Amino acid sequence: MNRFKVALHIVPRRGLLDPQGKAVADALQTLGFRSVQDVHVGRHVVLELNARDAADAEKDARAMCERLLANPVTEDFEIAAVTGGAA
Amino acid sequence: MKFGVVTFPGSNCDYDTYHAITDVLGEEAVYLWHKARDLSGVDVVILPGGFSYGDYLRPGAIARFSPIMAEVHAHAKRGAPVIAICNGFQIACEAGLLPGALLRNASLKFVSEPVRLRVENSDTLFTNRYDVGQVLTMPIAHGDGRYTADDATLDRLESEGQVILRYVHSAGDADEYWSPNGSMRAIAGIVSASGNVMGMMPHPERAVDAILGSSDGIGVFESMLARVGA
Repeated sequence: MNRFKVALHIVPRRGLLDPQGKAVADALQTLGFRSVQDVHVGRHVVLELNARDAADAEKDARAMCERLLANPVTEDFEIAAVTGGAA
Repeated sequence: MKFGVVTFPGSNCDYDTYHAITDVLGEEAVYLWHKARDLSGVDVVILPGGFSYGDYLRPGAIARFSPIMAEVHAHAKRGAPVIAICNGFQIACEAGLLPGALLRNASLKFVSEPVRLRVENSDTLFTNRYDVGQVLTMPIAHGDGRYTADDATLDRLESEGQVILRYVHSAGDADEYWSPNGSMRAIAGIVSASGNVMGMMPHPERAVDAILGSSDGIGVFESMLARVGA
């Protein structure tokens, strides 16, 4: 078993009203960042876990997202990075 | 009839609910600690309002893993009644007892105020003391009450009569729907397909006496007595 870090992003599903993202977008516009078109605010989760290899670590993380970390009704997730393991 | 009010860490409407059942309805109630592994023989389980587990991750997301929830699932599967109010509604959705999810209010503000609710279906365990079209007043007090589901689920809820309460405009026409929290199709309360699990964001237990500004909420509990028998 090796130790891995899995970073993942959980974001509101596209198409659903995201009032927090909209509020942040408006605030950025007010600050003068006219380039901002859209903002989505989600969660960044870092897991530290033991796994045989990076593929296994990612598989575990994916199952955790499906069972708990993301709400399947309203959120999507993506695995951003898997780091660590044997040198 | 014996009601069980579940107390999770962070529940804060359990005492109000207990009061409504015992002092106003005149029925028996017990508190059920979230770590309990049996329901003490209750006929009805109530998941009360509050901020279980500090709303960590998402409201209701952690509470659904409390030991008692396995018993609540079994109770619901037997067809026995479950009333899920506010945070209880969020827990029931997270636990898969009810479809959909409750997201941050569209206004991003916590809303605490009396609202008007139209009864959409009076042929349920929880609403048979009301008439369809009747407008009730009950308070809401939540930051995450925006009912959300995909279109297929919403269509099914409507066609099967599972939408039991909708928000209506506080001043205008009673038929004019209006969401204080951005709920899809102004949904304030639903029942499960099997009809024995009910979730609602407004607080019927806080509307059980004229001194509280409304006694419209007691009908939810009285409806149970009429159907299940005391």
